[in-house]
Amino acid sequence: MIDLIFAQTLNGLASASSLFLVACGLSIIFGVTRIVNFAHGSFYMLGAYLAFTLVSRFGPADALGFWGGVLLAAVIVAALGALVEIVILRRIYQAPELFQLLATFGLVLMVQDIALGIWGPEDKLGPRAPGFKSFVVLMGSRFPSYELFLIVVGPIMLGLLWFLFQKTRWGTLVRAATQDREMVGALGVNQRLLFTSVFAFGAGLAALGGALQLPREAVNLHMDLSMISEAFVVVVVGGLGSVTGAYLAAVLIGIIHAFGILIFPKITLVLVFLVMAVVLVIKPYGLMGKRPVGSAHAHGPVEPLLLPASHNVKLIGLAALAVLLLAPFVVADHWLLTLTELSIFALFAASLHFMMGPGGMASFGHAAYFGLGAYGAALAVKWLGMPMVPALAFAPFLAGIAGVIFGWFCVRLSGVYLAMLTLAFAQIAWATAFQWVDVTGGDNGILGVWPAAWAAPKLVYYYLALAVCVVAILALRIIVFAPFGYALRAGRDSPLRSEAIGLPVMRIQWIAFIIAAVAAGIAGALFAFFKGSVFPTYMAIPRSVDGLLMVLLGGVQTVSGPIVGAFAFMGLQEQLMKATMYWRFVMGASIVLLVILFPRGLVGTALAFAERRREAEPAAPVTATPEPAR
Amino acid sequence: MSPVLEVRNLGKSFGGVRAVDDVSFSVEAGKLLALIGPNGAGKTTCFNMLNGQLPSDRGEVIFDGRKITGLKPREVWRLGVGRTFQITATFASMSVRENVQMALISHAGETWTLFGRAKDRHVAEADALLKQVGMLDQAERACGVLAYGDLKRVELAVAIANKPKLLLMDEPTAGMAPRERIALMALTAEIARERGIAVLFTEHDMDVVFAHSDAILVLDRGKLIAKGRAEEVRNDPAVRAVYLGSGATSGGH
Amino acid sequence: MDRRQFVSGAALGAVALATPSLLRAQGAPIKIGEINSYTSQPAFLKPYRQGWELALEQVNAGGGVLGRKVETLFRDDAGKPEDSVRLAGELINAEKVDLLSGGFLSNVGLAIADYALQNKRLYVASEPLSDAIVWAKGNRYTFRLRPSTYMQAAMLVEEAAKLPAKKWATVAPNYEYGQSAVKWFKELLKKAKPDVEFVAEQFPALGRIDAGATVQALEAAKPDAIFNVTFAADLSNFVRQGNTRGLFEGRTVVSMLTGEPEYLDPLGAETPVGWIVTGYPHADIQTPDHVKFRDAYKAKYNDYPRLGSVVGFDTMNAIAAGIAKAGTTDNEKLIDALKGLKFTSAFGPVEFRASDHQATLGAYVGKTAVKDGKGVMVDWRYADGAKYLPSDAEVKALRPAG
Repeated sequence: MIDLIFAQTLNGLASASSLFLVACGLSIIFGVTRIVNFAHGSFYMLGAYLAFTLVSRFGPADALGFWGGVLLAAVIVAALGALVEIVILRRIYQAPELFQLLATFGLVLMVQDIALGIWGPEDKLGPRAPGFKSFVVLMGSRFPSYELFLIVVGPIMLGLLWFLFQKTRWGTLVRAATQDREMVGALGVNQRLLFTSVFAFGAGLAALGGALQLPREAVNLHMDLSMISEAFVVVVVGGLGSVTGAYLAAVLIGIIHAFGILIFPKITLVLVFLVMAVVLVIKPYGLMGKRPVGSAHAHGPVEPLLLPASHNVKLIGLAALAVLLLAPFVVADHWLLTLTELSIFALFAASLHFMMGPGGMASFGHAAYFGLGAYGAALAVKWLGMPMVPALAFAPFLAGIAGVIFGWFCVRLSGVYLAMLTLAFAQIAWATAFQWVDVTGGDNGILGVWPAAWAAPKLVYYYLALAVCVVAILALRIIVFAPFGYALRAGRDSPLRSEAIGLPVMRIQWIAFIIAAVAAGIAGALFAFFKGSVFPTYMAIPRSVDGLLMVLLGGVQTVSGPIVGAFAFMGLQEQLMKATMYWRFVMGASIVLLVILFPRGLVGTALAFAERRREAEPAAPVTATPEPAR
Repeated sequence: MSPVLEVRNLGKSFGGVRAVDDVSFSVEAGKLLALIGPNGAGKTTCFNMLNGQLPSDRGEVIFDGRKITGLKPREVWRLGVGRTFQITATFASMSVRENVQMALISHAGETWTLFGRAKDRHVAEADALLKQVGMLDQAERACGVLAYGDLKRVELAVAIANKPKLLLMDEPTAGMAPRERIALMALTAEIARERGIAVLFTEHDMDVVFAHSDAILVLDRGKLIAKGRAEEVRNDPAVRAVYLGSGATSGGH
Repeated sequence: MDRRQFVSGAALGAVALATPSLLRAQGAPIKIGEINSYTSQPAFLKPYRQGWELALEQVNAGGGVLGRKVETLFRDDAGKPEDSVRLAGELINAEKVDLLSGGFLSNVGLAIADYALQNKRLYVASEPLSDAIVWAKGNRYTFRLRPSTYMQAAMLVEEAAKLPAKKWATVAPNYEYGQSAVKWFKELLKKAKPDVEFVAEQFPALGRIDAGATVQALEAAKPDAIFNVTFAADLSNFVRQGNTRGLFEGRTVVSMLTGEPEYLDPLGAETPVGWIVTGYPHADIQTPDHVKFRDAYKAKYNDYPRLGSVVGFDTMNAIAAGIAKAGTTDNEKLIDALKGLKFTSAFGPVEFRASDHQATLGAYVGKTAVKDGKGVMVDWRYADGAKYLPSDAEVKALRPAG
């Protein structure tokens, strides 16, 4: 027994090393630039692929060839990171919070197709490392010497990074920027250079993490996404910007994995997220994180005034609704399927926007409520034998109950910590649907959730979905402009002031969370009957990411943004998927381009443009660029 | 007449350091009481304990005959205590008028209303408040783009929206030009007298303090070392020692 | 004349006006809507598509089916069942395809199958292995080509029962395929050999195996033999750690799908020797049907076929044979024709069973070995699927739809 515990501890430590390197890079990038870098997993994957190619070319048997290849791969990816920062990200630092996430997601898509194009679809099992090909016998069991090497690499890298951050000027600047960004700006440091170098350094660390996996894991096209969520968990559990915290968290996750396998072999899916949820509930800023100094919204433009729709905007809205209502008489009926789906996604996006925009609570796990709505409908049909209408009415309650419970914990946090806790809860919900096969059917889902006979024709279901979605979206909109919506926005703008005028910020946010969950649940229930089946993928990470992308693309600071974003994003994706097998590359490139052209989202940029034109007409333009007054 | 605010033996320590040590005083309706002292004297700590932002270790705070120690800021506000901050805290995405409306909505208990436009509520009352602080002509502008002095005025309007009996102002003139400071405090004094509001404020600028306070409290290293009228305090040797010693002079920092 | 025919007739009219007279002689093409996870599972599905296109080319070169050309519309579901349903709707309603095919992941297959039932449209599932597709959730409109999880497990149990091993451990990816493979293997092996005992079960998450820890956990249980269901990158990582840590020394491993070139090739010189596997020894199969297929494939793509190529090739051919037998693309008649349809696959003659719509396509069972630094299968035999399927009477209990 002791020897097993010993061996599993070593296994945990070995798998912690790469995770640490990747997470550490992610953490530094976030700390300084405030970019939630989804492409970090792609850098990790590129590092592994490049190392594979370089090592094969230099000769894997030769120590210089092997280690030279590994290091060169990291350097090349660091240079790529610098390029990405200079060409894309630098243009959008002034965009609203989290907007940069869109661009990095575009990169993820592009890299997936690029890697497929260059390295082909087959997995690549790399060579073993020279000098570490075999094993040593420890307490009676064989242990790969390369794993021992990795165990040593972790603390060494930690030491090097500690030295870098504590003893060099660059490191001091990085730490200062992580603690208080505004201060660094005030110190007259060359911010551009700092940002570029930090991004490149982080990308290089990720690539090194990937390259070091070469003797350990087959390089494959799924490495990016399987690493990214885990790396986020490590960053948040460790505490943003804390290198030591990242190491501790990586070790914690590695060890919990290794022992989790012994105790609950089937729970590995969700174990890390359970750990994260527990850590965040107990220590809201992670194991080693500190409460950030300065305002939560550290950069980006000042929120514009939220004005009720002007006459013109109302006309556009009515015209769009008229188009949707009349569409069935004009277009071929298969378009109704697309329009039904887009209407449902518009409601999903609007519900996320409700908590993210006015509420200031970004969620990385909003799909949970969408999925629970869908499962609510499916379970009501399957287990309670409900017909469609009662099932539709019942479904949002399941999402709402989850909103009550999850929301209660989430509103106690803020910023990325809150977002990651929503992700943790979403993963727990997902794993439940995935694992509880008797009730949910596991990954094979629940089939046969078809609408009632009267609603089955495409036309009828389209009008049904459209009606429900329009009513729900309008309700959300009314709430945004009602006193409650103002109170919600007040809590986002200044919690201090809100409390000082009697607003219970947390309770307001909690109610908003629940409202958003219920609205997402309605969308999910409509989706379930539309598709005829539900699957755990409805509440998986990609669906949550889709929601985020729709909101950000449309413009998080506008109320109609998410609707436009949903139609633009999902519409574009649907059409591209039909048009080309390389849709991921085209989609990714389109996203990057849109991000650069519309730095406040589609609607946000359009409104800002209209505003400028309106202000340019009268003689005296009032301050076009707001000074930061907070 | 009983005082609006009475502070008894208030104390707070941070890691063994007594930031506020056995402080007692009271404020009466319509009067302006200044709390001064060098940097690190414990003014802000003291302030934050008064409205519940920071829990106190010892002592009690009586407001309007009621013990409010241990209450949350929003509960203290509901009882009738307004507050402004050293660094202005307003809602940047709302217009000047909406900021005031928000406070009025909260005061009217309409926070949880899910329908009806917030913009259309309490417009006349908000405009009256804005007129009083001289911000009516900018009512439509976003708070996020205002000049700092104007923001201070908006905050004042927000702070008195709930018709408070007591107004707590932490460094109300910090970051303003000297002329604006006098004007803002003159305005505050006027409002306080007109509405019978007791005002407690901390301040660095001695010109402001001497010009607009009815009484002065001097805090040093957590202890109250003097209190009284302007001339008494000005001539107090202990106060002079503290101020000369710390190098702070009249007129700013 | 129903509306669909009218529309295709009108479309044909438009085409006829615009194209040279050469094409006018033929009828409107038969359209197949093929949905698969092309971007998320490229290792299997790139060869699949190539195999499909080879068969398509051959069919059309031979004059098509019923005198009409066959056309395929490929769609990528990106691994999401909900997207596959959307694509099915689009293919049927917009593209007016005659039938649906494809599916790699089981849940995608099930989603399309349910859609097919709801919309009364034929769906030929090529790859999804889930038993539910033809049994528990089976329906009139769905047929499946590949040997299912149950069949492959049964083929391996036959070999496993011959081993002296008593204590077994299992490792399988944590999703339906892995779970049912383990379930069937345990059930069938216990039936064949009641004294076996299962001492450890590992269910790593698909695509994210923690190989070192998993190997250690299996090792700790000291089994005599191991049943493996992991594949792709999980398999590579498991094998490497297992090799280094000596997990496979003195133990027999029985392993699903490992002999398929898709999963065997990446292992290269590290291929463990002596595993009993199902797979596809492409270089060594010399039956005339296979040689013909392999030569054509090599000529067209300058590459050897993978198992995916065979599945794509056979699915396309099965559909063509079905339509030819039915003499129409009318789905109800086509389904009746597919029931009991006999056609020739690259592996030889195959039949779609009338009782459960499962094809009797088999798999090759053999042992792994290393030859010239590459993994190969040796001592293999063709296990005809027909022998590893339950009888029609047993199927009645498994398949509520009948």
